[in-house]
Amino acid sequence: MTPQKRPPRPKMTFSLQNDQFKGLLWQILVVGIAVVVIGWLWSNAIHNLSVRRISTGFAFLGREAGMPITDTWIAYSPKDTYLRAFIVGIVNTLRVAVIGIVLATIVGTMIGIARLSANWLLSRLAAIYVETLRDIPLLLQLLFWYVLMQGLPPARGAWKPIEGFFLSNRGLVMPGIPLDSGHWGVIGVAALGCAAFYLLRRHLIARQMQDGRPRPNWPYGILLIIVLPALVSWLSDVPWTISMPELHGFNFAGGWTLAPEYFALLIAVVTYTSAFIAEIVRSGIQAVHKGQWDAALALGLKRSFVLQKIVLPQALRVIIPPLTSQYLNLTKNSSLAVAIGYQDIVSIANTTLNQTGQAIEAIALIMAVFLTISLSISLFMNWFNARIALTER
Amino acid sequence: MATLTDVPQAPRPAARHRTGWDAHPALRWMRANLFSSIGSTITTLILIALLAKALIGLVQWGLVNAVWTEPANDSAACRAARGIGACWAVIPEKYRFILFGTYPYDQQWRPAAAILVFIALFFVSSRRSFWRRELVLIWAGALSLIGLLMWGGIPGLPYVAQERWGGLPVTLILATFGLAFGFPIGILVALGRRSKLPAIRSLCVLYVELIRGVPLISLLFMASVMFPLFMPDGFNIDKLLRAQIAIIMFAGAYLAEVVRGGLQAVPRGQQEAADALGLTYWQKNRLIVLPQAIRHVIPPLVNTFIAFFKDTSLVLIIGIFDLLTAAKTAIIDPAWQAFSVEVYVFVAVIYFAFCYAMSRYSRSLEQAQTAK
Repeated sequence: MTPQKRPPRPKMTFSLQNDQFKGLLWQILVVGIAVVVIGWLWSNAIHNLSVRRISTGFAFLGREAGMPITDTWIAYSPKDTYLRAFIVGIVNTLRVAVIGIVLATIVGTMIGIARLSANWLLSRLAAIYVETLRDIPLLLQLLFWYVLMQGLPPARGAWKPIEGFFLSNRGLVMPGIPLDSGHWGVIGVAALGCAAFYLLRRHLIARQMQDGRPRPNWPYGILLIIVLPALVSWLSDVPWTISMPELHGFNFAGGWTLAPEYFALLIAVVTYTSAFIAEIVRSGIQAVHKGQWDAALALGLKRSFVLQKIVLPQALRVIIPPLTSQYLNLTKNSSLAVAIGYQDIVSIANTTLNQTGQAIEAIALIMAVFLTISLSISLFMNWFNARIALTER
Repeated sequence: MATLTDVPQAPRPAARHRTGWDAHPALRWMRANLFSSIGSTITTLILIALLAKALIGLVQWGLVNAVWTEPANDSAACRAARGIGACWAVIPEKYRFILFGTYPYDQQWRPAAAILVFIALFFVSSRRSFWRRELVLIWAGALSLIGLLMWGGIPGLPYVAQERWGGLPVTLILATFGLAFGFPIGILVALGRRSKLPAIRSLCVLYVELIRGVPLISLLFMASVMFPLFMPDGFNIDKLLRAQIAIIMFAGAYLAEVVRGGLQAVPRGQQEAADALGLTYWQKNRLIVLPQAIRHVIPPLVNTFIAFFKDTSLVLIIGIFDLLTAAKTAIIDPAWQAFSVEVYVFVAVIYFAFCYAMSRYSRSLEQAQTAK
């Protein structure tokens, strides 16, 4: 067969009857308007900034911030620079977003499955949970949790739901292990072990696909993820003593503390997002054809096994895309922190803006941080989605 | 064709003697839905125990030990009941402020009437028989009427400056005007995103992704802090209007994605047929494509509106007097400071009533669509 020739492109003529020419005109018009509007706004901004004697640019990042940040995971003092304050803010945002996403996924999946339970009471309660949380603004829920948190008894009269856990207006205090570099080394080894195990498992499954002989992979898992780090820890003498919180005067010493602001924010975003995730999980499971259940049950498989190995993997394909947008929402919603004084990136940028007047730079930084986080979550979830997608011949 | 009735059937077994669990339909229902297996029975019992404990606590706090009325400006009885009972007396004391903010007290029938106009507008828009072009006129009329009621400035209605507005009308205004003005933007951007012209397409993609990628708060900060920077000297507009513009821009991006979903659902043949008839681009979209696309996306449109309605509460952070801000301000009063939980519950009920009604409505539409 001779390769088919493409029809030649119709020649552009300079008349309004010609679609190509009309398209070009439209584009010039719209882009022109956009350029003029943005240029006008920009020239106004330059003028206003020079009137107010604010210099543009990111030079202020090197200056001393002088703003106190109470709840940090990395060392910070008000003498540090704005740049460091921003990094603290990014870490604070990430620690709400990452832990929130993990918890919201777990809670949401459980509630979503509970809504489909054969037990009437359980499914009704799950439905009430979803309806109530979805239809009340997150900010209101956040303020509510924060007020409740402030209404808790002071440290001296703290509630002890479980031994070692204290809930008071100082937040949640729990037993923890003070981490230093040695611990991080061991955790690093365990992470490497996980990665090695993942590769090994893939290899073993590929081999099993070839000859059909099952190769158990859990012994390697125990070896790489538990025994190896334990050995490293024992050889390098890393202490794993758990520090129990104790009441000293008006506050606690030892253990890990979740500040009330962080704790309230975490509860609010987790419960709110879990209600949406529950609906996504429910509709995902319902999207799996009933015949799949019938066929699997007819084979004599247990209900829990069918759910885990047959229904959920298929439901995941429906679940992942909307789940991704919930993760993005949770991350963006973590910025409500500013309302209760938890110092995330938005709150720190806002303080910076008030202190220095660098409005454009501060808001550009917020946008850059959130766009980066959103893009990373999207990329990761797209990769995951491609991995679990149905591969058809 | 043989149907079931043609097949000779064994005579039905005589009704079994019903005992115990089968004795009553309610008992049979309980057996099937609450105690069908050991696991289910355990779950039910645990849930009943937890529920009973929670309900007893709630009833004691919210009803039995609650304080319902108080003499004006005196919260002594409430403070006495603190910790063991709710202080609902704060609601009759503060509800006018929570609902209408600092609107002149003797004129507060006007925002109340505006709320009713809003509810009537939502109700009319939800009726299928009103889904016609004239609906645009109804919206324009209703929104103008609301503006007239709130601003006044004609004989009989003294002028009320925007700074005095507050409470529920502001929440409704931010959300509804956001939808009304964001929708045309959304349609244009959605069309632009599917356009064959690369420059227009990339502008639209940039707009949608930038806005959707950042939190609404940062847009509101932009509106409250950066807007004056970008305007010429001496030109300034009201804070509420600036927030409204931010919400419209935000709404435009999200609505564009919703409308785009609808455009994708219109079969290609419709477009090709319109082209073959020689319709221009605008005629084709106005007469053929958009009417079908929009009908398709009404349920997600309602859901997006619910999201805006909740998201307008974020204006609290830039200090605009919406329902939530009014509630938060109401409890600054030292006498009632300790009873914020009660006030938040009251406001939550209002938000819930609006959102739940709308989400029930959107679900009924979805069911009607799938049933078709």
